[in-house]
Amino acid sequence: MHQGIRAKSGLTPQTRSRSPEHVWMCVLIEAAVMVKWTDKERSLVQAVWEKVDIDVVGPDALARVLIVYPWTERYFGRFGDIFTATAVLQNAGVAAHGRVVLTALDAAVRDMDNIRGTYAALSRLHYEQLQVDPENFALLADCITVAIACKLKSALDPQSQATWKKFLSAVVDAMSSQYN
Amino acid sequence: MLSKREKEVIAEIWERLTPVAEDIGSDALLRMFASYPGTKTYFSHLDISSGSSHLLLHGKKIVLAIAEGAKDISQLTVTLAPLQTLHAYQLRIDPTNFKLFSHCMLVTLACHMGDDFTPVIHAAMDKFLSAFAAVLAEKYR
Repeated sequence: MHQGIRAKSGLTPQTRSRSPEHVWMCVLIEAAVMVKWTDKERSLVQAVWEKVDIDVVGPDALARVLIVYPWTERYFGRFGDIFTATAVLQNAGVAAHGRVVLTALDAAVRDMDNIRGTYAALSRLHYEQLQVDPENFALLADCITVAIACKLKSALDPQSQATWKKFLSAVVDAMSSQYN
Repeated sequence: MLSKREKEVIAEIWERLTPVAEDIGSDALLRMFASYPGTKTYFSHLDISSGSSHLLLHGKKIVLAIAEGAKDISQLTVTLAPLQTLHAYQLRIDPTNFKLFSHCMLVTLACHMGDDFTPVIHAAMDKFLSAFAAVLAEKYR
């Protein structure tokens, strides 16, 4: 079991070179925060995700964030005109970035036991360089869910939605994990 | 702030949903109970299992109240006065839960309307449900 936790904790060569005590602390913290999934939950998340077209849902989800929560525009000055719904929906930068976000989500779906590891570098980037308020991650998560609901309709039943929410909460948590 | 056009669109949508109030309301409630199990604590006196008559009745009640409020959004405080009193003094539901229900209602509407639940309509609906929840909580303290 000791080996199993070490294997799953996503230890990097950098952490291995630190003291054994430090390394073991990292392992314990990772084990404590690792989200646990039942087989049923894993298959529900997969069943939702396999129906998602990243090229459609990605742009739609990011457009929704900018239209429903316009203050998020503050992070996307480089996209040019994103100040009306029409402009947002036609903006190529928004669409491209929406695809980028969902592509990262794909990595998390493929490795649900290492969501923190998958997002560690992105979390650091969003904190240290992009200076994004982590509250925004939850807003984007909600918009991703609504965008998926529009496509899946009755296929996103209450239980699927709840499990998908658990998965996105783990992603939001991972995105906030390097803020300190 | 809702524009005149947004208020019209919201009123139209809820008018169309009134005949299926039971389905919409119970679906939103079921989603809320599944995603946010803490919300079930307010319903220990009812059978809130899928398809139960309690759930359908309660869902219908909520949707009809929302639809009534949607008819004249500028008069929300007047329309909701009795419900404000009910929620503040009898039900005493923590207002954080209104946000949770609103999110689940958005998902219900998205599932029901599909691509017709455009980002613009999504924004208007979210603003309306937030305003509705804020008015509902006005008498809390």
